[in-house]
Amino acid sequence: MRQWMIAAALLPLLGGTALAQETVKIGYIDPLSGGGASVGEVGFKTFQFLAEELNAKGGILGKKVEIVPFDNKTNPQESLIQAQKAIDSGVRYITQGNGSSVAGALTDFVTKYNERNPGKEILYFNYAAVDPVLTNAKCSFWHFRWDANSDIKMEALTNYMKSAPDIKKLYLINQDYSFGESVRSAAKTMLKAKRPDIQIVGDELHPLLKITDFAPYVAKIKASGADSVITGNWGQDFALLLKASADAGLKVNWYTYYAGGTGGPTAIKQANLNHQVYQIAEGIPNLGNASADAFEKALRAKYDFSLFYPRAVNQMRMFAAAAEKAKSLDPAKVAAALEGLQFDVFDGGKGTMRKDDHQFFQPMYIASFGDRTEKEPFDEEKTGWGWRQAAKIEPEQTMLPTTCKMERPN
Amino acid sequence: MLELLVISTLNGVLFGMLLFLMASGLTVIFSMLGVLNFAHASFYMLGAFFGFQISRWIGFWPALFIAPLLAGALGAAVERFGLRRVHRNGHVAELLFTFGLAFAIEEIVQIIWGKSPVDFRVPASLDFPAFRLFSTNYPAYKMFMLLVSIAIFVGLLVVLKKSRVGLIVQAALTHPHMVGHLGHNVGRIFMLVFGVGTALAAIAGVIAGPALVTQSNMAALLGPILFVVVVVGGLGSLPGAFVASLLIGLVQTFAVSMNGSLAGAFGPLSPDYAQTWLSDIWGVTIAQIAPIMPYVLLVLILIFRPMGLLGTRET
Repeated sequence: MRQWMIAAALLPLLGGTALAQETVKIGYIDPLSGGGASVGEVGFKTFQFLAEELNAKGGILGKKVEIVPFDNKTNPQESLIQAQKAIDSGVRYITQGNGSSVAGALTDFVTKYNERNPGKEILYFNYAAVDPVLTNAKCSFWHFRWDANSDIKMEALTNYMKSAPDIKKLYLINQDYSFGESVRSAAKTMLKAKRPDIQIVGDELHPLLKITDFAPYVAKIKASGADSVITGNWGQDFALLLKASADAGLKVNWYTYYAGGTGGPTAIKQANLNHQVYQIAEGIPNLGNASADAFEKALRAKYDFSLFYPRAVNQMRMFAAAAEKAKSLDPAKVAAALEGLQFDVFDGGKGTMRKDDHQFFQPMYIASFGDRTEKEPFDEEKTGWGWRQAAKIEPEQTMLPTTCKMERPN
Repeated sequence: MLELLVISTLNGVLFGMLLFLMASGLTVIFSMLGVLNFAHASFYMLGAFFGFQISRWIGFWPALFIAPLLAGALGAAVERFGLRRVHRNGHVAELLFTFGLAFAIEEIVQIIWGKSPVDFRVPASLDFPAFRLFSTNYPAYKMFMLLVSIAIFVGLLVVLKKSRVGLIVQAALTHPHMVGHLGHNVGRIFMLVFGVGTALAAIAGVIAGPALVTQSNMAALLGPILFVVVVVGGLGSLPGAFVASLLIGLVQTFAVSMNGSLAGAFGPLSPDYAQTWLSDIWGVTIAQIAPIMPYVLLVLILIFRPMGLLGTRET
């Protein structure tokens, strides 16, 4: 942590121009302080690991890949300052994932910047901000998203819940911003169509990454008599919610987007919710794919966390593939090469970057967290428990239509 | 419903007592030095990080005593070598000094312990459910937090009301010059009060650290609410700080458990307004606005009773 802070501080002193010829810099704009820091730091190290993987194979078009961190404190305004700072230090590619509010601001910024600075375009790789609007009403040619958007995830999750007869009373608890809002409204409309018998007994929005004690919220869930909860909470908002549930002895089934994030598995084990917490994601350890397993082992040997972002792996490998295909590191050419690109994804199977909206489609997995059989070699956060596949959703079943009217540069 | 009521009351009182531990020091320091200590919440954070580090080395129980002593000594030093010098240049300089100190402490904490949360755990001897109420467990550690803060509150009350030291402190609150003329060393009293006040905040930090999240933004998260407590209770009034802490603790906790909204009270809005800003206001629940409740209270108090609930003076 401290080392890279110092490194980041010293970097400009080393003379950027000479270095810029040799490296392709990716600006990592995500929280490295405050409530989002725990996930932001894992993301940063994951990207560093991926850069090393590419560099070991000779980099991209012979140039070394370097990830430069910029702390945005999960704040949209701060992100724009950091993006400008990144551009000033010679960055042409930025990546960000935590917070759709940030992503919305960044995609606007990048689009406007590129209009005003032809020939100096910036490309924005979004690895985790899942508000559907980013690939619909607010889509941009300069924005590519590797994570399935919130509606796709909810579609898959509710398809799975459709056949779970023990759900009678459902509670929704989400973070109070665009993403949490889209989770709750998608859950309500989709469940109304698929399972009208489920009664929604609570619909909560709480401040983003500001709550340190969820006990009052858990007391409310308890009082509502809910047997299942849907939450899109991520980072400390998920870990602390589960921690408070463990303390209060709340026993419900959890349908989540990000249960595997830092602190999540520990809290689930503490709450003793054996295979009662489900997560929808584009990949988990324990799927049995040989190359994914090898990657997982290498990552764990180096850091004390597991791979939470298979989407980041797809993103970086596809970036390399697109640059080789375009035979250029010019963002405009890379963007054109990425459109419609087919790719063998990290956990096996094919994925496609849809040309219409720059949304990546890939196989999705619903998994539950709990005790393991011999088929599940990986545990999480030294709890002894691990992920087990509950369902696989093929890309074709996740192809929701888009309202995006893509404006391409001429 | 009864279950929710009882659990929410417990949670609210607990949060309130935690606030009081910090606000008590802040309000006494304010009435003595006439300056709002912006760095007060930073000592709460220092308490948590000292507690974390010491409990790593020699265990939680020694940390519970050593960390507040360290933070208190640091606080006393800040008063003796910092504030007292700055005092010559007037209140604005003092205010700016504590303001800057808060930033400096945050940066130093980030340099030493990093920006992400540290793994400060509840000690194993307190990691079990204290009792079961209806079907909800109440953690033993939270009971412990409650007992510690009540014990400190009672101790503080006894010292201030019954002991000679308390007598002098109370006198120095209102008539510092007179106390000086009577032969007491007012400077030393100020230093001690500052030290004890920051030590109290540090105790709150040590016991809250494992239950909440120990990270470098914890001072910034709690700081603003502290000022609300002090203003609502009445500047310089300890009983006022006590009442205001409990009030804000309970208001925040109960607001979270309420679902009422304008739409619930008056029926849904006509569809003509569905896409306007009015629908946002109409649909927002009390639970959603829980975090801003203390600040609404602050504004109301400043308008209708500027001296605070139990305060006596208006400045």
